[in-house]
Amino acid sequence: MSDLDPAPEPALEPAPKPDLENSTPAAALRGRRFGPRLAHAVARSDTAVVTVLAIFAALIVGAVFMVVTTPATLAAWGHFTANPGAALSSSWNLVAGAYGALLNGAVGSPAAYARALSSPSAAHLVSAFNPVSETLAATAPLLLGGLSVSLAFRSGLFNIGAQGQLIAGAVMASWVAISLPGLPIFIHLPLALLAGALGGAVAGWVPGFLKARTGAHEVIVTIMLNYVLLNLLIYLLSLKAFLASGQVNSISRTTPASALLPHLLGPQLRVNAGTLLALAAAWGVAWLLRRSTLGFQFRLVGSSQGAARAAGVDLPRVITLALVVAGALAGLAGAVQMLGTAPQLVPGYGQSLGFTAITVALLGRAKPGGVVLAALLFGAFQAGGLQMQAQTSVPLELVEVIEAVIVFFIAAPALVRTIFKIRTSAGGFRVLSQGWGG
Amino acid sequence: MRVDLQHITKRFGDLVAVDDVDLTVEPGQIHALLGENGAGKTTLMNVLYGLYRADQGQVLIDSQPVQLRSPKDALGAHIGMVHQHFVLVPVFSVAENVFLGDEPVHRLAGFLDRRRAASEVRRLSEAYGLAVNPEALVEDLPVGVQQRVEIIKALVRQAHLLILDEPTAVLTPQETRELFQVMRSLRQAGQSVLFITHKLGEVMEVADQITVMRRGRVVGRTTPQATSEAELAALMVGRAVEFKVQKGLARPGPVVLDVAGLAVADERGALAVSDLSLEVRAGEILAVAGVQGNGQTELARALFGLLRPLAGRVTVAGRDLTGASPRRMARAGVGYIPEDRQREGLVMTFSVSENLVLDLYDRAPFGRGLVYHPDQVRENASRRVTEFDIRTASVEAAASTLSGGNQQKVVLAREFSRPLKLLIASQPTRGLDVGSTETVHRRLVEERDRGAAVLLVSTELDEVLALGDRIAVIYRGAISGYAAPDTPREQIGLLMAGVQPQSAAGSPAS
Repeated sequence: MSDLDPAPEPALEPAPKPDLENSTPAAALRGRRFGPRLAHAVARSDTAVVTVLAIFAALIVGAVFMVVTTPATLAAWGHFTANPGAALSSSWNLVAGAYGALLNGAVGSPAAYARALSSPSAAHLVSAFNPVSETLAATAPLLLGGLSVSLAFRSGLFNIGAQGQLIAGAVMASWVAISLPGLPIFIHLPLALLAGALGGAVAGWVPGFLKARTGAHEVIVTIMLNYVLLNLLIYLLSLKAFLASGQVNSISRTTPASALLPHLLGPQLRVNAGTLLALAAAWGVAWLLRRSTLGFQFRLVGSSQGAARAAGVDLPRVITLALVVAGALAGLAGAVQMLGTAPQLVPGYGQSLGFTAITVALLGRAKPGGVVLAALLFGAFQAGGLQMQAQTSVPLELVEVIEAVIVFFIAAPALVRTIFKIRTSAGGFRVLSQGWGG
Repeated sequence: MRVDLQHITKRFGDLVAVDDVDLTVEPGQIHALLGENGAGKTTLMNVLYGLYRADQGQVLIDSQPVQLRSPKDALGAHIGMVHQHFVLVPVFSVAENVFLGDEPVHRLAGFLDRRRAASEVRRLSEAYGLAVNPEALVEDLPVGVQQRVEIIKALVRQAHLLILDEPTAVLTPQETRELFQVMRSLRQAGQSVLFITHKLGEVMEVADQITVMRRGRVVGRTTPQATSEAELAALMVGRAVEFKVQKGLARPGPVVLDVAGLAVADERGALAVSDLSLEVRAGEILAVAGVQGNGQTELARALFGLLRPLAGRVTVAGRDLTGASPRRMARAGVGYIPEDRQREGLVMTFSVSENLVLDLYDRAPFGRGLVYHPDQVRENASRRVTEFDIRTASVEAAASTLSGGNQQKVVLAREFSRPLKLLIASQPTRGLDVGSTETVHRRLVEERDRGAAVLLVSTELDEVLALGDRIAVIYRGAISGYAAPDTPREQIGLLMAGVQPQSAAGSPAS
């Protein structure tokens, strides 16, 4: 993340006041103690520190949720005065067990790694590296979707339509994949990916064009297009062209092998080239924003429409293009799903991936580097959450609660400061998006 | 009611906006607070009105210390304020606006007592000579009357001290005279008025007591009888003012900008400019004078293609560019210094270097095709920063970190990096300090001497008189007359108020 700034600011105030170490940065830095330095970092709105604190706070909120929604633990708290130890230990066991499973499911367990090291058989290796593989596989579509929303954000647009664009991309990718069987993989796969990007681009062009021509707000249009595309998918799944033969359920034919993204770590681990593609896309978006004339226009329009107009920028064209590129990225997210870990179309394809992408973009502050980290974290949550659900009584939905609370704290940094009792004289956080101004 | 401000200090970060200021307003006094933009007048008043908390000092009312934490506290202490920008609901009537938030409720029925509201407004407007119809909708009222509504709002809340923040900035000379009448009748009734301004003539005319501020400090206390405009001006700017800009005689060349029969609607669709014609020649500055709101903003925007003309013709150096986009205008050699530099002139979150290429980023050497070259942009910026003496921490610093003067220098540096045939400068020195104003003036004259046609739009008569080789006065969207720069101010003032002088002063484009 470009905002990571480990260098402490030079001490400005000459006289440290030892009794107020929390509020004077100079004293805080002189002491080099963690707490005061942390306070100073948050007071300066240090993005990385605020983000880490938000994640930490969200995990605590998640723990409270676990405790109050588990009847046995809650009952133990009912007898707190009689037996405080039981309440505390049962809560600890519950939370530690769940988060332990989450962590193991996301990055792997030490035991499995040790076993793989001592006797490196294929089965041991697969079980050791499966969590990382799952995390990376889940990261790919989240990253592409997050980039889509971020690019729109940076252009001053709120792309709520990543979900619909993702479906459009998945449908197009699926169609090319199943209707052109027998092509060699080096033609078939790129063609299917391209079709996916194209599908998303068209789905992004519609709100872009409408906004540029008529001023129709992209938030409304993209939300509505989500429903249109969701139901279009259900219709398509009734057609012979998509429907798997011999199936009564609405489920499409599976993607043929020649259009599947190649696995990176052997056939049993699901991580595939989609993750590399998503990372390349992150680099591409970073290049686009920083090193291209089009990106300059995107940022210019996103930062000040008045100045953009006075500078002679063709606003309708740039707004349309921004949503086309954002749509293509979301479409690619759908294609990567379709040609990777979820190779069959079903109604409601992608579940809420397109909305999680908004969260990823917010967490990553709409910067490509930040979005990569945010997507990795959410990928880890997703992979770990499944493991947590399988091993403990805690449902997968808890992960969604944690994700939501993270964004809640990110969107309200003043809240983080209040909770961690950080006093500051310099107020004011940067606002990520101009939001609804249109 | 006697109000004492003692040792008030207010800081914003490193900036000391108000520095240890003492101020006393006696009952029944019109007290003028005079100073340049940025001298700290408005900050001080916002402290008094409870909008800011002072870092040091206290406020005494009739010798009792008071805590003013919010405008509500201030109103409770009988202090009212009329802001520069009115806060009225356009679709509400005068009476509704006056009582918004403090509605008189019918004693028995419990609903809004419109009749009492209206009669209260009528009573106050008669008592102080504020001719206002309580039933009229605010959106239908001229600016001067809207201001009276604001004054009535404060009086209804029993303000004994009325703060007026730059009240004459939006008024015609006629409306200004009427406002002064109102201020005098308030004084007669024992109310105090604190009147913020940077206009010397008004201070001399209406004030009982004058306090001059500069850079957050009080630099002088006097009365109109004991001082002169020249002395006040010197106090305000800290040195004897040379209002006259150093410039040689204009050597007008061929006509560059030719505007005929122009009509432009403003952003709400109302006709702001109608049947306006003017010419600007190469090597001359045509200064368009006028009271704010007479269409000069729309004129400048339309000439650069930011507003589409409804009718008329715009020709630049012989090319018909009616309705051309800003891009085409810029390519045709038109430069534009927008009135609102923070909204149209700059992108505040962009770096200085990026702001210097807002319209050139896709041209060599900054960009070719899709590729953009940040190194070239930075290199260009370091040259421009030196050339235009832009004070910035680095070329990568955000434009928002620069002072107003340096922000304007960035705009100038960018516009002047193209060869200009025509420069449209709309309020180019608004909100700038004296030093930056001088720089801007010098650059405009240099551009003229280089052979560009310069159209200067300004509501500051001093600027118009100092810079214009010819002066055109705009009134209600059309040019009401021309004047030579040595025309007496009063005569131009009459033109600005829409009064046609008997004798023709100057003539269009000789």
